[in-house]
Amino acid sequence: MEQAIFEERRDQIHRKGEGPFELACNRDSLAGAVSQRACVFCGSRVVLYPIADALHLVHGPIGCAVYTWDIRGALSSGPELHRLSFSTDLQEKDVIFGGEKKLKAALLELIERHKPNAAFVYATCIVGIIGDDVGAVCRDVSELTGIPVIPVQSEGFKGNKREGYAAACKAMFTLAGSGDTSDISPVSVNILGDFNLAGEIWIIREYFKRMGVEVVANITGDGRVADIRRCHGAGLNVVQCSGATMELAQMMKEKFGTPFLRVSYLGIEDMADSLYAVADHFKDRAPGIVERTQELVRDELSKLLPELRKYRKDLEGKKVAVYVGGAFKAFSLIKAFRHLGMKVVLVGSQTGTKEDYEELAAICDPGTVIVDDSNPLELSKFVRELDVDLFVGGVKERPIAHKLGVGFCDHNHERKEALEGFVGMLNFAKEVHASATSPVWRFVPRREAMAREKEQEAAKRAAGGEGI
Amino acid sequence: MSDSPYVSTTNACKLCTPLGAALAFRGVEGAIPFLHGSQGCATYMRRYIISHFREPMDIASSALGEKQAVFGGGPNLKKGILNVMSKYGAKVVGVATTCLTETIGDDVPRLLAEFRKEFGDLPLPEIVNVSTPSYSGTHMEGWHAATAALASQLVREKVAAHRRVNLIPGFVSPADLRHFKEILADYGVDATVLPDISESMDRPALLDYEKLPAGGTSLADIRAMSGALGTIECGRADHMAESAGTSLERRFGVRNLRVGIPVGIRETDAFFDALERLTGRPMPEKYASERGKLVDAYVDGHKYVAGKRAIVYGEEDLVIAMVAFLAEIGVKPILAATGAKCRNFKQALAEVTEGILPEPPEAREGVDFHDIAEQAADLAPDLLVGHSKGYRYAKDMGVPLVRMGFPIHDRFGGQRMLHVGYRGTQELFDRLVNTILERKQEDSAVGYGYL
Repeated sequence: MEQAIFEERRDQIHRKGEGPFELACNRDSLAGAVSQRACVFCGSRVVLYPIADALHLVHGPIGCAVYTWDIRGALSSGPELHRLSFSTDLQEKDVIFGGEKKLKAALLELIERHKPNAAFVYATCIVGIIGDDVGAVCRDVSELTGIPVIPVQSEGFKGNKREGYAAACKAMFTLAGSGDTSDISPVSVNILGDFNLAGEIWIIREYFKRMGVEVVANITGDGRVADIRRCHGAGLNVVQCSGATMELAQMMKEKFGTPFLRVSYLGIEDMADSLYAVADHFKDRAPGIVERTQELVRDELSKLLPELRKYRKDLEGKKVAVYVGGAFKAFSLIKAFRHLGMKVVLVGSQTGTKEDYEELAAICDPGTVIVDDSNPLELSKFVRELDVDLFVGGVKERPIAHKLGVGFCDHNHERKEALEGFVGMLNFAKEVHASATSPVWRFVPRREAMAREKEQEAAKRAAGGEGI
Repeated sequence: MSDSPYVSTTNACKLCTPLGAALAFRGVEGAIPFLHGSQGCATYMRRYIISHFREPMDIASSALGEKQAVFGGGPNLKKGILNVMSKYGAKVVGVATTCLTETIGDDVPRLLAEFRKEFGDLPLPEIVNVSTPSYSGTHMEGWHAATAALASQLVREKVAAHRRVNLIPGFVSPADLRHFKEILADYGVDATVLPDISESMDRPALLDYEKLPAGGTSLADIRAMSGALGTIECGRADHMAESAGTSLERRFGVRNLRVGIPVGIRETDAFFDALERLTGRPMPEKYASERGKLVDAYVDGHKYVAGKRAIVYGEEDLVIAMVAFLAEIGVKPILAATGAKCRNFKQALAEVTEGILPEPPEAREGVDFHDIAEQAADLAPDLLVGHSKGYRYAKDMGVPLVRMGFPIHDRFGGQRMLHVGYRGTQELFDRLVNTILERKQEDSAVGYGYL
């Protein structure tokens, strides 16, 4: 069992309670370790992708574009240009002679065809190597077409997703500050770091509406170029998924003085606390906002809590493993599972930071294993050793859970169920319940063997009992 | 050359080269696919493949960063191989390059030679390498190139003649491969199927998590391919200088019989004919009976499908096979499209429709779904035949999609979908007829319960 862990990775794993907390992170993935991480391009693509009226052109060979074609559940209430996968599909001759000409022609062709409100051009690994001047082509095409054409410096090898988030924030920041803000209420926010998976941002916008808070720009779920251009007019940035969009919030604070708050819409406390924090921020300018928010939370909870109880009684005591891309989600999940009577025994992320992991260590129970940049061999080892009942992750983690006879909840960007907001907490409970209590697990050989072992122990105890 | 009039690509009808190679390497026992490139490639491909097969798909990566991209990826490649040796206990490491390492000019064969020298004191796995820059070709070229690399690098000497048959099946489903093996067993010969993902990509629930899935062609069987009765190589599309089958024929005189992917009666007849030629045995009664039932079904169902206009898209080998099938049941393939480019696409389509259709369907290579949809607008199709990625177009056109091939991302059981042989054709035919009946029933106000 122990051999599942690479020597070089030992300090990226910590069991809470065993010595002072220290976890190495922010490292390059180990070659040959089958990391679950993606690349810089992936980070940029996930952040910018939901901007639905922009053209997203991937400059590189076909793979990067085709593997990201409409894979996420990011919905739009209007245009759906983001759901198409555009590529320059670089060929060998382009690699030899350079891809700038092809990029320019492709941009002009697609802008003419789709009339987008902006275009993002993603640089992939190879573009960084052959040295195409993507910025120059973008400037050129922008002049010719009159729309913003923005380079995203997302060469895959230049780091992991985090660098990609930063590149995406830089790209969006070029739009901010260019739109008219005259009609924006002072009691207004931009929603950062929500991607409208399965319509989640609509749930959150509805809450803000009930509180009397105007939403200026969705960044980026159901996002629009014109909204991002005027996002500097908002009174506050509310930042979820801090790894992805915090950099934009910081740049906006510096340049436009827009304050920001870190929030999370997952689970009960975090959802309520986030709304309260926004209400608190605006309480001087918006009389009654605190009361309205309290009423909203009370109203939602009165519907949610009785429903949750039904699920909780079946889930009480079950053990959970959480492995996600960014660590922010893990904080909320640990708390959300407590409401279901479940205990997180393994928690990890692909790209957490030192601060993230410290925060994680502070809120999780003693004995919980915390991992950074893990891989299938490690994860399967921990699932076995910690006797996990449910795994929360994405598509790549799903077979690990299923092969070991463990329930699974998809909490990744491919999800088609809304898990944010109070209603999302209910959906979450339903999904967790549906998987964890399915009758199918008893047939999985590992579970069968475990049940047999338990029976034998019970029989032994019973036999011993008779002797006394 | 590409038949697309456009510079840009929209919703590609192809995947990148290393994905095919990684999947092919998964078809060798004890092998781990290893991509020499940046981490993201392996992760994206894993996600894509897992979503179809619903199986673990570990692909190792040399995980190059900025420094390695500048100074060369050799040290990461070597370290990565050592790591998969120690943690996965891999007996074979299938190294495929990516656009990054091809462009920075890493000389992988040289690096591997160095590796073998430096670590000669360790029990080294077989390391097979294939060049798969994603700016050249598609996942099918990656698949075929990796298969050819396995044959050329692992089959090193002529072994004594034996009664096995080599089967190079092309990229078909695990269910297809199991059917192939059953057929060969019924001919009284053991088969060396290369590569063989029949078990490795469709595993049972087991007591424990498998680091490397069981199944796949064994090294011993691969090495013995040089002494086989002959090779049957499936797939009519040509894009390589030397395929696995032709390499075995040239170097060891193993007779290579090239057939199409056996879908439909004629292509399956050709497959069975090749088997008869190699083994000297007639078709077992079981298959004669399956063939007879299939003919009977064709007859019973012919009117439901007669004259329906179909657009077929996807991997070139499978598109050609599907066109062969559709033509012989009376469906009119009006467009055969692929994102790939090969030497003989049009010619192969002409061959499989000769004597049945007055002229072959329009063939378009190097096209994407934008091209296909644009043309479809003028073609008035009744149905689409292809993988999941055409779904949105089928929806927009208001026609049903008969799913086949890879990837199946919006339905369950893609790995168990049978396409080949009389039996696979029977399943396809039933599905196709039922798809048409279902649509007819849905579109009818009468609500016939009897069709």
